[in-house]
Amino acid sequence: MQSSYADVARIIPEIFLTSLALLLLMMELVTKKKEFIGFIGIIGVVITAYLTLITNPGRAFSDMFIVDGYSNFFKLIFYLNVILTILISIRYLKIEGVNLGEYYSLILFATLGMMIMASGTDLIVIYLGLELMALSTYVLAGFLRHEIRSNEAALKYFLLGAFSSAFLLYGIALTYGMTGTTNLKDIASYVTQHGIAKNPVFTLSMIMFIIAFGFKIAAAPFHMWAPDTYEGAPTSITAFMSVGPKAAGFAAMGRVFFDALGPIRLDWVAVIIPIAILTMAVGNIIAISQTNIKRMLAYSSIAHAGYALLGLIAGGSEGLSSMMNYLLIYAFMNVGAFAVIIMLRREGFKGEDIDDYSGLAKRHPLAAGLMLVFMFSLTGIPPTAGFVGKFYLFMSAIRAGYTGLVIVAVIFSAISAYFYLRIVMYMYMREPKAEVELSTSAPLGIALAITVAGVLILGVFPSIVIHLAKASLLG
Amino acid sequence: MVPIQWYLWLSVIVFSIGVFGFLSRRNIIVIFMSIELMLNGVNISLVAFSHYLQDMRGQILVFFVIAVAAAEAAIGLAIIISLFRNKATAHVDDIDEMKG
Repeated sequence: MQSSYADVARIIPEIFLTSLALLLLMMELVTKKKEFIGFIGIIGVVITAYLTLITNPGRAFSDMFIVDGYSNFFKLIFYLNVILTILISIRYLKIEGVNLGEYYSLILFATLGMMIMASGTDLIVIYLGLELMALSTYVLAGFLRHEIRSNEAALKYFLLGAFSSAFLLYGIALTYGMTGTTNLKDIASYVTQHGIAKNPVFTLSMIMFIIAFGFKIAAAPFHMWAPDTYEGAPTSITAFMSVGPKAAGFAAMGRVFFDALGPIRLDWVAVIIPIAILTMAVGNIIAISQTNIKRMLAYSSIAHAGYALLGLIAGGSEGLSSMMNYLLIYAFMNVGAFAVIIMLRREGFKGEDIDDYSGLAKRHPLAAGLMLVFMFSLTGIPPTAGFVGKFYLFMSAIRAGYTGLVIVAVIFSAISAYFYLRIVMYMYMREPKAEVELSTSAPLGIALAITVAGVLILGVFPSIVIHLAKASLLG
Repeated sequence: MVPIQWYLWLSVIVFSIGVFGFLSRRNIIVIFMSIELMLNGVNISLVAFSHYLQDMRGQILVFFVIAVAAAEAAIGLAIIISLFRNKATAHVDDIDEMKG
């Protein structure tokens, strides 16, 4: 038995973030300037990131919680996501008329849930982290409470999210009944020792896990909630949801499927391959016909989940590191694209139709140029980071022997160029229709600078992030 | 003593009623109740396994599930109320601001 201090020392970042979120909730009562709460939040997250980096790796709480390179890399993605989301929210919340302090606190609680998911090595802990993340995100999706579309988004997300977590629980219950434990490593060793890998009940619980995590990462055919929720939710939260919970879903999926279900790897790979193909097909093909840019990016985010699944299928340190890598790059490019969308939003003007982007390059060349970079990156055109991410994903899948799957992915990736580059075409080759004014602000500018720098630097010097992802798996 | 299979079948039946209700009912409150049924179906099997294996873990998880379900109910009802204020309906077919 370890001393309890060593256990507590491993969760100091989580404790700090919890206190921070509670502090922000208190500040809401006494502060008139809500943006101040946002700035405190950003500073707090930076401190949390520092605490995460100095935490000693190792297991804690009777092997329920782990601090390792894998969890730290994902936590880095979550911190980046939350900082960028706060930066793009500050002005946007005022425009929407919901400038309330609990928004920041809820975002931090959702991030805390993701951190617990990435670090949990016990099904109970992963479940609790997932619920903490999900419950906070349901509220955030419905944050524009006077707007019916936001209510509807929250309702759909909530109903399907609760439905999927019931499946996760049933999977946990069946696994627990079969193996007598909820610890991921113990499950795997029990399965190999007692030879229950072929037991149909164990296969059923594996399918339950795939359904539950499929909902969280919005993989087809469990993606129905995503387009409506992404369209109706506040734009800043759409950006947050399309990166954070997705990455957290992948983090937990990687742990559960490799640590606990490792002995039946071939079985779950056989189920995930068709899901990955369907996800890429649904995301890329339906996105073509969208006229609302948030809805289009929702389908695009479904498609990107399909690409990232390739890393999970390929497996091994190469497959996982390419997946982690891709999710980090995706955080930069997707939040960047949403930051440009937010820039078009002002009082009395939504700026969500693709038509609104007509001729943007003539009036606002900088905004159009930034959107161009993000769209190129989402398509996967060099020298942007999106290309690097896709390249490593596809390479790892080819090395693992899934050449056919990669060919399918490349074809869908080519189709995706149509709808991403359509935005570019509208911006550069059409005459401006209506007067579009931008609502810029310093925080939004900082967020755009960070994202565009991330996309270009990682695109030109990919080795930085590749080494980081590889090293975090070995360490 | 009641064999464990009976509990497991009960759990499967309750869970399936929940899934069926979720997919077929059109009233939000009833859909919501169906989700609770699914969770309680899981709870039955967790407690049964826990007793059968003589291990506390399952019962601890049941406590967490009940607590989370309470939080979920609070948030779900809040979402339904805020929706109801904008559009007085509790029927999912009327909630169609966005296609899909």
